[in-house]
Amino acid sequence: MAEEVKLFGMWGSPFSRRIEIALKLKGVSYEYIEEDLQNKSPLLLKYNPVHKKVPVLLHNGKPIAESIVILEYIEETWKTNPIWPADPYERAIARFWAKFFDDKCGLAAWNACWAEEKEKEKAMEEASECLKTLEGELKDKKFFGGDKVGMVDIVAIFIAFWLRVLQEVVGADLLTPEKFPALFKWSEELVGCPIIKENLPPRDRLIILFRARLESSK
Amino acid sequence: MAKSDVKLLGAWTSPFAMRPRIALNIKSVDYEFQEEDWLVSKSELLLKSNPVHKKVPVLIHAGNPICESLIIVQYIDEVWSSGPSILPSDPYDRATARFWSAYIDDKWFPSMVAFLFAQEEDAKKAAIAQMEEGLVPLEEAFGKCSKGKAFFGGDRIGFLDIAFGCFLGWLRVIEKAGGIELLNETQTPSPLKWAERFSSDIAVKELLPDTDKLAEFRKKAQAKMTANN
Repeated sequence: MAEEVKLFGMWGSPFSRRIEIALKLKGVSYEYIEEDLQNKSPLLLKYNPVHKKVPVLLHNGKPIAESIVILEYIEETWKTNPIWPADPYERAIARFWAKFFDDKCGLAAWNACWAEEKEKEKAMEEASECLKTLEGELKDKKFFGGDKVGMVDIVAIFIAFWLRVLQEVVGADLLTPEKFPALFKWSEELVGCPIIKENLPPRDRLIILFRARLESSK
Repeated sequence: MAKSDVKLLGAWTSPFAMRPRIALNIKSVDYEFQEEDWLVSKSELLLKSNPVHKKVPVLIHAGNPICESLIIVQYIDEVWSSGPSILPSDPYDRATARFWSAYIDDKWFPSMVAFLFAQEEDAKKAAIAQMEEGLVPLEEAFGKCSKGKAFFGGDRIGFLDIAFGCFLGWLRVIEKAGGIELLNETQTPSPLKWAERFSSDIAVKELLPDTDKLAEFRKKAQAKMTANN
């Protein structure tokens, strides 16, 4: 039976891009459906009634929602180019860092950039603490996955790409080579990787998106 | 495997700490349990093993610490693979179990916390309403996952049973305190019946805390936290 893989996503969403990167790394063909998040399609609402969010993967008509759940599913279904570690302990560690990123880091970094004056210092401090923890975990590895890009790198890619664009737009210096040398170097390496760089949103389009949001918040 | 190779840091009051204990029971793994009296202080071992979050549960296996309750459960399932499976075998069923477990932790559990910490009546009422509303999707989820069997995991308790069932102790404390039925015949008949079956399961029975003891602990914890503020 011919395999049918569809992805409901949004061009600027790091969660959506995670899935695209994973599928591309594994050489899985898929049909991409761009969602207008201000005007969500009936199909998206049908396939993700609980959260009504992207990304949603549709595999042979069956929907899977929540990016980490989708990433686990992709790994278990398409065995080429594994992105999770094979060893159960290593895998538990990778899952831990993916969860730490999603529960704490991503949001902290995002909030720090958009925080109002009076909350800015505290938000920046919180975000810096998260980055410090990540820096400590990365140490002298090229990627969180070791020599090769792995799941944690894909999950944390928000820091490597989106944050660097965002902090420029809002004028925050959260991730700098002076403050977090290992993390900064990792971000350059990661976005330079062949399949990764082709599957990131266009930088200038992202700048326009962030600038528009900045303007509307004034 | 020698008992000393497997150690779990937990607390009898913590639903999260119950999860890996159920998993270890399912796999018939002997382990050493260390009760953390977290209201008083956290042990050196806990702080060393989980420096990022400093929370229970932590599984220490052959000296290696694993943190985060559902990550520990998956680890247990993968390492002791000869025992009964905790996650379903089909990838789509696994994704469904993971989806609903994430829903419980990320969407539903915060409303439980909101109730337990609410001071004003209005805030308590709002939290209860949120908790009730949050449970409704589990009726359909049960139908889909159980496929007509007794548990979310099918014939035997599995990942989602563990993820949700660990909250039954606190759920009962809240029901008693609020004079309500969060799981009820009208909106959640299937999870209501499932809760009885889950609570009586041999891997779970001894671990579910006594409702009154837990309520007493809650009073103590509330008093301590108010004193600290």
